Amino acid sequence: MDVNMQTVEVKINGQSYNMNEDMTILEACESVGIKIPTLCYLKGICEEGSCGICVVEVKKFKALRRACITKIMADMEIFTNTPSVREARRTNLELLLANHPKDCLVCSKSASCDLRKLTEDFGLKESRFEKTRAKDFEIDISSPSIVRDPNKCILCRRCVEVCSKVQKVNAICIANRGSNSTVSTSFEKGLGNVECTNCGQCVLVCPTGALTEKEYIEDVWKELAEPEKFVIVQTAPAVRASIGEEFGLPAGTLVTGRMVAALRRVGFKKVFDTQFSADLTIMEEGSELLHRLNSKGVFPMITSCSPGWIKFIEHFYPDLIGHLSSCKSPQQMFGAVAKTYYAEKLGIDPRKMVVVSIMPCTAKKFEARRPEFDSAFNYWQEKGTIKDITAFSDIDYVLTTREAAKMIKEGGIDFIHLKDEDFDAPLGMSSGAGVIFANTGGVMEAAIRTAYELVTGKSLEKLECKSIRGLDGIKTADIDIAGTTIKVAVAHGLSNARILLDEIKEGKSPYHFIEIMACPGGCIGGGGQPYNASEYSGTELRKKRASAIYKEDEGKKVRKSHENEEIKALYKEFLGKPLGEKSHKLLHTKYTKRGI
Amino acid sequence: MEKKSVLERLHETQDKEKEKNYISEQKASELLKENSDSLSHIYGVATFYTMLSVKPRGRYIIRICRNLACHLENADSVAEELKNLLGIGFGETTTDGKFTLEESSCLGMCSVAPAMMINDEPYGNLTPEKVKDIIESLKAGSKK
Repeated sequence: MDVNMQTVEVKINGQSYNMNEDMTILEACESVGIKIPTLCYLKGICEEGSCGICVVEVKKFKALRRACITKIMADMEIFTNTPSVREARRTNLELLLANHPKDCLVCSKSASCDLRKLTEDFGLKESRFEKTRAKDFEIDISSPSIVRDPNKCILCRRCVEVCSKVQKVNAICIANRGSNSTVSTSFEKGLGNVECTNCGQCVLVCPTGALTEKEYIEDVWKELAEPEKFVIVQTAPAVRASIGEEFGLPAGTLVTGRMVAALRRVGFKKVFDTQFSADLTIMEEGSELLHRLNSKGVFPMITSCSPGWIKFIEHFYPDLIGHLSSCKSPQQMFGAVAKTYYAEKLGIDPRKMVVVSIMPCTAKKFEARRPEFDSAFNYWQEKGTIKDITAFSDIDYVLTTREAAKMIKEGGIDFIHLKDEDFDAPLGMSSGAGVIFANTGGVMEAAIRTAYELVTGKSLEKLECKSIRGLDGIKTADIDIAGTTIKVAVAHGLSNARILLDEIKEGKSPYHFIEIMACPGGCIGGGGQPYNASEYSGTELRKKRASAIYKEDEGKKVRKSHENEEIKALYKEFLGKPLGEKSHKLLHTKYTKRGI
Repeated sequence: MEKKSVLERLHETQDKEKEKNYISEQKASELLKENSDSLSHIYGVATFYTMLSVKPRGRYIIRICRNLACHLENADSVAEELKNLLGIGFGETTTDGKFTLEESSCLGMCSVAPAMMINDEPYGNLTPEKVKDIIESLKAGSKK
């Protein structure tokens, strides 16, 4: 507690308490175990008091006060459950429900909808108010990542504020006024046609089904039912640290083995790990960094794993795309390797192979649809084996953590009681460096582990790089590699990314290597992760998931990407060497200047 | 030079589009960087204010006052006559692109109710007959 902080005495429902004077009524009540309901408030992000659900009675004030935006004062007497408070809250909720569709049974947000839960908590039986909207809004399906249904929107503004404050993207706004207000993109162009990065942070905070990911669950079930298809799955590192939450396990429960067992029971032929291709990314990206150092290339070099971040720089800093590593993300590297190396090894027709990704991410759905990601098709074309005209993508379907959990549930799989199982070989083998890709700072730490040893030939004594771990917006470190100091920086959340990019633009960036992840906390805080809007402003949830990731790293026998035996085999049998010709064709990419 | 607000610049932009009286996506994009770094923000402002439009409108914007004083002086019959004459409803534009009919909150002309404005010009003491004359003369192009 701040020593200079004054405390004041307040009464809550007749009981006296001493409280810090900078608290809001909502915080004061929560600190003594009284939860004030709200549908719009996110501390530090959305503090407009627009939903009107958090009202409380305060003695000497005629009107009810909004607990989320009213600070406590000395001798304040607060009442949270009086008839007028209950009546006002219920009326406000009924008004919100008047225009809200009542299709909760078939809404994809159903189980995690804050509006539905609140209606249940209030024991509301009906809304007295009739629908006032004459014509329904069109559902925005222009984005391959996110679906926006304005009919379900209650205008809480969380999405607009998150997009503006946390990400500084401003893809959405409140358009029109009064009862005609809606959340919209500029000129109603739709999320797929504006500077939306597909990060999905808006989806995480939406209290209703107005914002959801675009689901591909049915498509995957259909593929699984095709007898001649060889359907394999890769799971991103962050998924194992969060999917347990969907089954009622506490946040931070590491469920790698159970996740593998569950996916095998869903029907995937092979369960592989994106951590394998994360190790591969380190081999390529680490080599690229060393190559740039030796050839006086463009600095700072910036990581390219996070597809929300990639679309962000393409829109907002198109002149800086030369700083991006040319490495594909681990998801895309996996697809390219699976449909070439692995298909060849097994003698499978790559056109019959279906690669499904399970990602903590909505932007990965967009990434998989990028037209340039058909390298396996090009590989087979060049080989002359496949002479089709229609290209196939390296990745066929991307499911979020939430969608994967839905499939496991629909499949009737008893996730909680499953026994741990191991990933399949060879694309399921990974090092601890691959695991930590899930956390902000993880890609950098993994790269350092390998770059240090490649350059010095010595074994790195201390693997953990504490100064770039944790949830500070921007973290920096000086890394000594054989007498050369490599200056590195790590940013997560796109508003933090802007700070580092503006430095580069102004020619003031002192760094050699920068890691950027679009989402707060990195992939563990991704837009495809289990919903928990009430924890969004805090750091606890992200910390718990991050520590699960570090736990898996610590438990790994191999903790450096270049020591992964299957990666070594991949280079020996197929790729040749990092940055070699095959790598160039299959594992590296180009970017698009999009602008705004 | 002092930086102008987004609102001022939007008014200027719209005023320059004399024939269609609106702010196109392209014109709005030209305000980026100078006034705002987000097109959605500009769009939010442009759609909030009823004087601004993001959809093409007519050469003449007719804004009829819908407040109490005008209502008591039979503004409804004036509005009906306008709809009949132009063959459009509120918020619509005639197919020849000449007229757009809009509702307005109080124009501050209660002493000469019922009232309306056509572009920047006020008209008061309206009757269905008077309105007919005004529209006829605009159609004939004898007025600006």
